[in-house]
Parts: sequence; structure tokens; C-alpha cells
Amino acid sequence: MYAALWRILPGPWWVRALILVILFAAVLVACVLWVFPFIDQFVAPIDSTVDA
Amino acid sequence: MTEPRGGRGASKPRRRNVARAVLGVLGELLITAGVGVLLFLGWSLWFNDLVVGNKLHEESLEQAQAWERDEAGAAHGTPQDPPVLGAPDSTERFGLMIVPRWGADYYRPIAEGVGTAAVLNKGQIGHYPKSQMPGAVGNFAVAAHRTSYGKPFNQISSLSVGDHVYVETADGWYLYVFRNLEYVQPTAIGVIAEVPQSAAATPEDRFMTMTSCNPLFSSAERIIAYSVFDRFYPRAGGPPDDIAATVAGVS
Repeated sequence: MYAALWRILPGPWWVRALILVILFAAVLVACVLWVFPFIDQFVAPIDSTVDA
Repeated sequence: MTEPRGGRGASKPRRRNVARAVLGVLGELLITAGVGVLLFLGWSLWFNDLVVGNKLHEESLEQAQAWERDEAGAAHGTPQDPPVLGAPDSTERFGLMIVPRWGADYYRPIAEGVGTAAVLNKGQIGHYPKSQMPGAVGNFAVAAHRTSYGKPFNQISSLSVGDHVYVETADGWYLYVFRNLEYVQPTAIGVIAEVPQSAAATPEDRFMTMTSCNPLFSSAERIIAYSVFDRFYPRAGGPPDDIAATVAGVS
């Protein structure tokens, strides 16, 4: 999978590495901004209340 | 056993290659998922925790400055006869909490209700709607997270007898003095009764109950902190000395 990605990318090795770093940063930003807050809704919260 | 293309000699190695490729992709997906789970934990326990905590500290300062600027405080109220706010709307922020034991930068909003998504997961301290308001005879009961979401009650177990717990409203500062901790089952609603753990008693004193989860990262039990009302500081007279730096935003 990642080997195929490496083959598909154009340019010399350092251009490919740069593209991968940028791609990884983009994925990380997307996770923090949208994906993790979305998933968080479905994670059972640690309950701090007594049942009233 | 028959392959659509290719001779007998070619079929076995090719099938092995396909299997290896599928396993390889599967392995990479699993590793990726593992890294994703670790990143999510880091986000939840550290990154989002810091972001929410800082944001709420800022908003608390802004709220306090707005009250100061608008001179919103009621003119009535004496140290031993504090003003009592009317019931707020659901999820409305009506107060702030300051606990010197937890550092001069501890300044967190108190909102009406204890709904998980609506109040607590925003890092706020939630007020049990059926309990009394600050300064009222009876019990001012609040809940908050002990881990994640800015973890407002993270240090709850560090409170010791005599510690000051301040509740700030537009009117001024209500000083509660910490008495003791209690560890109870999640169903122990007696802790937020008007006289804690004495549902039948007629309230004469002013209590505060704080509830959070116990042990850390678990919902198995609840940790309870009880405080009793000591005195009220009207806004016109300025904050008491031990929280002056917090209110001024110096820390």
C-alpha cells in the first residue's frame, strides 16, 4: 500500500518525501479539526455525576 | 483449481504473490489504525485537554471583566446574608470557580445543568438543576470531569481541610471552605441533598457538593468534595486577597 504510494509519486526521492510529509501533516490537521471531535461523540464518556 | 489465464506452472507462485500482497495491505492498514488510535488518545488526553482548558480560562477572565465593567452586581448582600441568584436557563453560564489550592490560573465557568454533551464535555462545571444556587440555604451541587476536556476537577483529591473554594457571580464572591472527601457509588444521590446524606433533615446551613469520577479514567465510583459556606464578598468591595491575582488574570 505505502510502497505503491511511493511508486505512484513523481519526481526524485526528496520530492516524494516532501510530498509525503505534507500529506501526513494534512491528514493530522484533518484528524484534529474534524475526525477526532466527531469520533469523540461516540466514545462513552467517563461519568462524573451522581444519577439524579 | 483452474486458473482463467496462465499455465499450470504459473498459477501457484502468482496465488502466493496475491496472498502476500493482501496480507501486506492488511498489515499496513492495521498499523495505520493503531497509530490512529494512539493519536486520538493523545488528542483527547493532552491536546484537546490543553486547548479546552486554556479557552475556558480566557473566557472566565472575559466574563469576570464584563461583570466588573458593567457593575452588574446587586447592591444588596452582606458577608453573612449573601444575595442568591434566580434559577438560570439551561446551559447558561452564571458563575465561575476559583480554587487557590489548584493554582492562580485556575478559573473555570459554571453552567446550568449536568448534561454530558451540553455542559460537561465543553469542560465546564455543571450545576445540578435541582440543587440550590450559590449562597442559598441548602446545597449548591456541581459536577465536572476529572480527566480530559480541560479536566476542571482533576485535582479534587488534593483538597485539604480549610481550603478556600470561591464561587464568583455577577454579585461577588462566595467563599466556601472545604471540609471532607467521600467516595460513593454512582447512584448515591444523597450527596447532593439539601443536607448531604440526610434527605429528611431541614437545611439550616449552606453547603457545596462537588462530584467527579473515581478512580481516574473510570466511572466505577464517584469522588465527592463537601464544603460549607463561610462568607460573601460583594463585588463593590473587590476580591479577597488570596484570589486577587486570579481575578486580575496575573498568574
